[in-house]
Amino acid sequence: MSATDTMTPPAKRAWLSPLNKRRWQSFKANKRGYWSLWIFLVLFVLSLFSELIANDRPLLIRFKGEFFSPIVSDYPEETFLGADGFLPITDYRMAVVQEAISADGWAIWPPIRYSYRTTNNEIPEAAPAKPSWLYSKEVRCQRYTQGVDDPNCTVGNWNWLGTDDQARDVLARVIYGFRISVLFGLTLTLGSAVVGVTAGAMQGYFGGWTDLLFQRFIEIWSAIPVLYLLLIVSAILPPGFFILLGLMLIFSWVALVGVVRAEFLRARNFEYVNAARALGVPNRTIMLRHLLPNAMVATLTFLPFILNGSISTLTSLDFLGFGLPPGSASLGELLKQGQRNLNAPWLGLSGFVVISLMLSLLIFAGEAVRDAFDPRKTFK
Amino acid sequence: MSMSPLLSVQDLSVAFAQGGTTTVAVDNISFDIAKGETVALVGESGSGKSVSALSVLKLLPYPPASHPSGRIMFGGQDLLALNENALRKVRGNKITMIFQEPMTSLNPLHTIERQIVEILSLHQGMGDKQAKARTLELLEEVGIRDPRKRLEAFPHQLSGGQRQRVMIAMALANEPELLIADEPTTALDVTVQAQILELLAKLKARKGMSMLFITHDLGIVRRIADRVCVMTRGKIVETGPTKEIFAHPQHSYTKHLLAAEPKGKPPETNTGAQAVMSGSDVKVWFPIKQGFFRKTVDHVKAVDGIDIAVRAGQTVGVVGESGSGKTTLGLALARMISSQGKIDFNGREIDKLSFNAMRPLRRELQIVFQDPFGSLSPRMSVADIIEEGLKIHEPGLNAAARDKAVVDVLREVGLDPETRFRYPHEFSGGQRQRIAIARAMVLKPRFVMLDEPTSALDMSVQAQVVDLLRNLQAKHDLAYLFISHDLKVVRALANEVIVMRNGKVVETGTSEQIFERPQTDYTRALISAAFKIETAPSGVVSE
Repeated sequence: MSATDTMTPPAKRAWLSPLNKRRWQSFKANKRGYWSLWIFLVLFVLSLFSELIANDRPLLIRFKGEFFSPIVSDYPEETFLGADGFLPITDYRMAVVQEAISADGWAIWPPIRYSYRTTNNEIPEAAPAKPSWLYSKEVRCQRYTQGVDDPNCTVGNWNWLGTDDQARDVLARVIYGFRISVLFGLTLTLGSAVVGVTAGAMQGYFGGWTDLLFQRFIEIWSAIPVLYLLLIVSAILPPGFFILLGLMLIFSWVALVGVVRAEFLRARNFEYVNAARALGVPNRTIMLRHLLPNAMVATLTFLPFILNGSISTLTSLDFLGFGLPPGSASLGELLKQGQRNLNAPWLGLSGFVVISLMLSLLIFAGEAVRDAFDPRKTFK
Repeated sequence: MSMSPLLSVQDLSVAFAQGGTTTVAVDNISFDIAKGETVALVGESGSGKSVSALSVLKLLPYPPASHPSGRIMFGGQDLLALNENALRKVRGNKITMIFQEPMTSLNPLHTIERQIVEILSLHQGMGDKQAKARTLELLEEVGIRDPRKRLEAFPHQLSGGQRQRVMIAMALANEPELLIADEPTTALDVTVQAQILELLAKLKARKGMSMLFITHDLGIVRRIADRVCVMTRGKIVETGPTKEIFAHPQHSYTKHLLAAEPKGKPPETNTGAQAVMSGSDVKVWFPIKQGFFRKTVDHVKAVDGIDIAVRAGQTVGVVGESGSGKTTLGLALARMISSQGKIDFNGREIDKLSFNAMRPLRRELQIVFQDPFGSLSPRMSVADIIEEGLKIHEPGLNAAARDKAVVDVLREVGLDPETRFRYPHEFSGGQRQRIAIARAMVLKPRFVMLDEPTSALDMSVQAQVVDLLRNLQAKHDLAYLFISHDLKVVRALANEVIVMRNGKVVETGTSEQIFERPQTDYTRALISAAFKIETAPSGVVSE
């Protein structure tokens, strides 16, 4: 017997079922969606480390033989200035502090030396200031004490996309704003999915009165005007990330109930579900193991679009001024500034490009997911 | 016959291209059909018989399908070489087709009158009045009673047999020279099947048309065909006059097919054995509600007062036409639907138990469903499917012990245990039914309800599944409730038979009594339809 004849033990199951493997293949075959997903993921992961990319404090300081990491902890000014220091938290952008540190060590700055709320006091003209690369070196550095020779007149202090009307760096705000938008969208989508799928599953599986009552409840519930409610609530509660998230979640879960309910209604009389019932499998297990996978296709198809919806809702609330608290990095607020300062087109343009890029990438990826899950789609 | 044949298929091949690979579904087949002759293409599923028939009218999905070789000569033309326009003059005109599933072949939104009139005005340019008159004539011809009343009916208002009659009327509307019938009776009851076959034979003789009949059922072939072509794996392995093939089959595959009928005898009847499952006066009534307050005005009596006792090691067969309530009776006994009347299982009254209280008992009370393609979750591997019940009823078992149980039971039902990590779609229908049986058997039940477990399977596979069920029964002393409309299978398995119609028992007795000395016309009609494919006088069975 040759070596190839010997029986190989059956491969334990691969972690992807053949069906999912096919879906993954067809997702990959959709080049636009596949690349969109990768670009989005790279941008998102980078934005998760915004503090290391754009910050108004150095990443690492070597001072008098000791290491300091201002990003992790706050140090009072006296650490670096001795008796002259009085601020409880050091402002590392102050020339005095920088001089003291460079005299007795060094500091590594992030590539962009602004956080989303840092005010740039050295802008060459009244805020909003143009992107730095539009000024000549002299103009750009005119507000620094030593002019062109000032050590702070470096690329790190450039405002690549200009500043807004409070002299804050637009690029830093865009990076932080992208992160908070995506995080908000993801959390809201995940929350809506969990609540919506559970509710839809219950209705579809049990049917009858459960279904009837729940459906009427949802009809009433989705008739409540969300915007007015947000206005009222923002008058009572201080607006914040989680309050906003909670409020949106109360209404956004309804989106998935319909599809999931329909899938469960359809599948609950499948013969293999009856077979499981005949085996004595409890309802919970039947729903999780046999019915949920059916509904997951519809759910996953919807998720990217719900994610996009959530992001644009947050942006529009910020634009209207009912969103995140003032001062937060928010793309909607950037758009509002752009609308108010038409003489500063870099504000509106930056906001527009970032939001449309983010939404387009997600839609392209979402379309690819939808097509990959479509069993009727044929492949060459 | 010296005349040239009506249709001559020469050296035909059909290939399907998919994902870079090409599969040959039909491999160089040739056959002729003379005028007025019926030729049957026989084979099991996947043998390429339907594909061959569809390529006669070029009805396959091109381009995935292609014809690497062959000619189909009809009336001096090669149909394969014709363009769409020329082909359309042949399709539905000189050659027509009827399909297996009459419900999906008819447009559900149009009345049958409109559908037939459409054909007449399209192909023959008839005016409204003329077409309507001809429609009536056609409906009468295909044996629809009261055709004037039926003109306005929608497909869903007709029974399966009536729908197939309408399909035949549509196929005959243009007086075709050749009728292709693709398993026209497979979706119908045996009694209705006999009626449709009789109709086809009669119409063929009257009109002098030829027929190409596709079927997997040799009984039908024997009754209707002049010549037979036996197909397997895309090839015609044997062809000849029907009588000759049945009397002296030459090819081993033909012999295999002929030997495939379910045979054997049920185990010895033992009326002293303990009754595992018994029901007395079991009723399943579905209320019909009307009016604003949904007052119950009447009931659909799906099962209406049935007494039954299934003994250990014995089989009770429940037979009847579709809609007679046999499956409902089985589901009621298994407590899958609510019912009235006393049900005893293992000496315990179970008809009042809740679903949760039933759970521990489910271990010994198993069901095997009809459709092995629907009853296995496509997302679970075979091992997962079989283990599912074990996880619930023997939570103490560890993974290794469960795996051993799965391996043992797969071996017992005749499947290779090495395949247990595959998914259901990788198995054939017969193998899937074995998996479904393994799922029930792994729990070591005492009572198994078998709901038409063989009717979705090929004939030769049916025989194997019947043998398997009989062996398992002998080995584990199982009590079977065997529900089927197929009396051949019932005779091979059942000790006692209950004949049902409209929810009531028509006749009951030992298998011998029922099959040898049937007392009622209904039973006699069922038996002659199943074994001789003969029709009963009208009124005895449904249409």
